[in-house]
Amino acid sequence: TLLAAGQGLAATSDDAPTPFEAVTTYNNYYEFGTAKEDPAVTAPSRLKLAPWSVAVDGECAKPGTVALDDLIKPLKLEERLYRMRCVEGWSMVIPWQGVPLGQVLKRFEPNSKAKYVEFTTLADKAQMPGLRVPVLDWPYVEGLRLDEAMHPLTLLATGLYGKDLLAQNGAPLRLVVPWKYGFKSIKSIVRIRFSETQPVNSWQKANSREYGFYSNVNPEVDHPRWSQASERRIGEFRRRKTLMFNGYADQVASLYAGMDLRVNY
Amino acid sequence: MRWLKPAAFAVALLPLAWLLWRAGFGSLGVNPVETINRYLGDWALRFLLIALAVTPVRQWTGWPALARLRRMTGLFAFFYVCLHLASYVGIDLFFDWAALWADVVKRNYITLGMIAVLLLVPLALTSTNGMIRRLGGARWRRLHLLVFPASILGVAHFWMMVKADIREPLVYAVVLSVLLGWRLWGFARRAQRA
Repeated sequence: TLLAAGQGLAATSDDAPTPFEAVTTYNNYYEFGTAKEDPAVTAPSRLKLAPWSVAVDGECAKPGTVALDDLIKPLKLEERLYRMRCVEGWSMVIPWQGVPLGQVLKRFEPNSKAKYVEFTTLADKAQMPGLRVPVLDWPYVEGLRLDEAMHPLTLLATGLYGKDLLAQNGAPLRLVVPWKYGFKSIKSIVRIRFSETQPVNSWQKANSREYGFYSNVNPEVDHPRWSQASERRIGEFRRRKTLMFNGYADQVASLYAGMDLRVNY
Repeated sequence: MRWLKPAAFAVALLPLAWLLWRAGFGSLGVNPVETINRYLGDWALRFLLIALAVTPVRQWTGWPALARLRRMTGLFAFFYVCLHLASYVGIDLFFDWAALWADVVKRNYITLGMIAVLLLVPLALTSTNGMIRRLGGARWRRLHLLVFPASILGVAHFWMMVKADIREPLVYAVVLSVLLGWRLWGFARRAQRA
């Protein structure tokens, strides 16, 4: 069952789940091509999902490479209905399954120097035709501050709509950070690293004026090339107003208390 | 060659017919508003390049009849530009004039796109035989040089809109460079001879 709005972790009654068909055919996953339709066409037949393991290293007491099953199985899978807001101005509502990232990270025992977590997507030319085009500096890298990573809303997803993740959605393991623009929710994770210094995420590296490290959904801070005040929910005709922190302000605003969100965009 | 113009007219309507067909009987995809707007923008740019290609192709192929298509392809470019603009203002922004104005003054690629439209308006208005006569050939030709900056702005508009993968706007930029370069080259040669 999906968490009710009252539990503070889910979307509101205003948020009907976006159809499965749309969630699985309209994807930004540049490793499989830069058109929205590309990943659904090229990824499923090419991305080898098993065996899959994740290398965890950096500032922690128990680094190591862990098979996907060993990483997820000890924990209880949860269902979360989250809004997803793309930096391009469209949005979806997606029923995910996964485990809170914080619970996964704890077992590696991050030390006192661990201030950030960096994630890396698989980068295999044999499986990912998009890597032949240098649109981004591969592999795709994303990062969170440790407190953001440990936040109960932050999910390591393994499925959506009650099924295992499809390749185009970042199978077999992806991040979901619902109060940040979609590109922060990195797909097909092969490496997690605890670090003392702030990671440089791929989009920030590509264009630091337009994409920052935090990338919190914020209707008041425009992307230089387009307004972030409104969004088009997939399946709806008229634009709707974008909510601060994508509507999760009650849960996450305190993480950024005292920070200038115009500077830390 | 009486069939040439009507045939070209019908062909030029095919992209619009295909869009309407998809809207009515097929699918416009997961994000129809984006599909419509991008599709019309693509064809606006393509027709601008086609219009600019008419004269060079006529000279390369030695097929003088092509000259009769020049005005029509130019007007079709303007037609698709207008549809693109209408879909942006009417469908994407749903006539939110405040949002439109904010876009025009704040977003460089939209500013450039709007300037390109404004540059094309006098060209469309002066494309009747009567207007050509009234202006006189030399003045009319000088006015219609505006199609060059408008095309450059159009390609720049597309280029600046894409997030990271510039391959598609690059193709338009290369084609436009060839079409403009060829004219500059001819101009330089004539200047040398004079």
